[in-house]
Amino acid sequence: MNKTDVLIIGAGPTGLFCAHQLGIIGLGCEIVDNLDKAGGQCIELYPDKPIYDIPAIPECTGKELTNNLLKQIKPFNFNFHLNQRVEEIKKVNDRWQVKTSDNKQFDVASIVIAGGVGSFEPRKFPVKDCEKYEGNTLFYSVKDKSIFKDKTISIFGGGDSALDWAIELSNTSKVNLIHRRDGFSGMEASVQKVKGLNDQGKINLYTKYQLNSVSGEDKINSVKIKHDEGEIKEIKSDYVLGFFGLIMQLGPILDWGLNIDKKKIEVNTENFETNIDGIFAIGDICSYPGKLKLILSGFHEGALAARGCFKYAKPDEKLRFEFTTTSKAAQERLGVKND
Amino acid sequence: MPKITYKTHDDKTHIIDVQNGLTVMEGAIQNDIPGIDADCGGGMSCSTCHVYVDEEWLDKLPAKEDGEEDMLDMVFEPKKNSRLSCQLIVSDNLDGLVVNIPSKQG
Repeated sequence: MNKTDVLIIGAGPTGLFCAHQLGIIGLGCEIVDNLDKAGGQCIELYPDKPIYDIPAIPECTGKELTNNLLKQIKPFNFNFHLNQRVEEIKKVNDRWQVKTSDNKQFDVASIVIAGGVGSFEPRKFPVKDCEKYEGNTLFYSVKDKSIFKDKTISIFGGGDSALDWAIELSNTSKVNLIHRRDGFSGMEASVQKVKGLNDQGKINLYTKYQLNSVSGEDKINSVKIKHDEGEIKEIKSDYVLGFFGLIMQLGPILDWGLNIDKKKIEVNTENFETNIDGIFAIGDICSYPGKLKLILSGFHEGALAARGCFKYAKPDEKLRFEFTTTSKAAQERLGVKND
Repeated sequence: MPKITYKTHDDKTHIIDVQNGLTVMEGAIQNDIPGIDADCGGGMSCSTCHVYVDEEWLDKLPAKEDGEEDMLDMVFEPKKNSRLSCQLIVSDNLDGLVVNIPSKQG
């Protein structure tokens, strides 16, 4: 059990800056995110796209913004718990007990939901029967590549994940790569490599095809793929891999009794607390009259929510407003050395 | 004002006046048309504003940028008439456009 003041759900820019603000006022926090790294949409959706509306930063990419935010909170040494989402929250004696999908447990005074548009989950095949084989012979990510050795794998998708795995697995497996069009979104070098391997007979490339059906008893043994013009081909497959990127889903947050309208959590604008005492929501996931879905609004919301958390973490203390330029306490927390 | 017709998956038809300059996605969001999520808010980076454009309109729309085609790789059941509605900017030329909203966005 990790005991601290605040649990932040979501390590996007809003969650990271809220952590900074908690650190400045002397509160501790732990941060949970379902991705394998911090940065949220900035890192997952547009790491290299420039952002032009961060105050005082004329231009920076999603990745640069994330790295700077991480640098800004480094002095506080907060823990990140990645690759997991928060599954359950329970109120016990004025504190919250929280459990993640990785069975990590937290005991905190308050929770800040900075979950963006939800947690990132893999996009799945539209074919209904696929569910039956998921986790058995059909996957949306690769955890153990050794199971594919000497097997026939059908990989669907046209991005870097699909291309990289097709290239990698072609060393030890028979690989079919199926994509809905001739163009690919992955790196050009990988596309050329896949085409070369196709010419050498090491990968079977099928373009303008999509998955039509899967069949097999307990495990998949073949898939049917359908061409744009309607032709259907059956290909033997021991495993199917689908790489269609990620989609954001609210998931368990929907079940916590929060006032949610159109996938957004209603908050007040004084401290961004929700209808439930001790639970705050900031960034893209919150809604209030006048809400602007900008990163800078998320920073403002995080600063106020952090102060809202104070009364739950230290009910007997009064929070004094201070500037980082002059506050000795804040500077000590930041590790600033004054001569 | 141009009229855009949104047909939802449950066969309901919504004919909406959408201001020139807004996107077809914004027209849907501002008028509470169900089935268009637009998670990223129009940044062409989430593909949750996917629509099927009525065949007769396909050639009259501005061509797709590469980035849009890349994002369409990820949508649920992409078809030849798939577009991202955040990339369709409403103008008088689009008056009468009919878009069909898919059963789900991902």
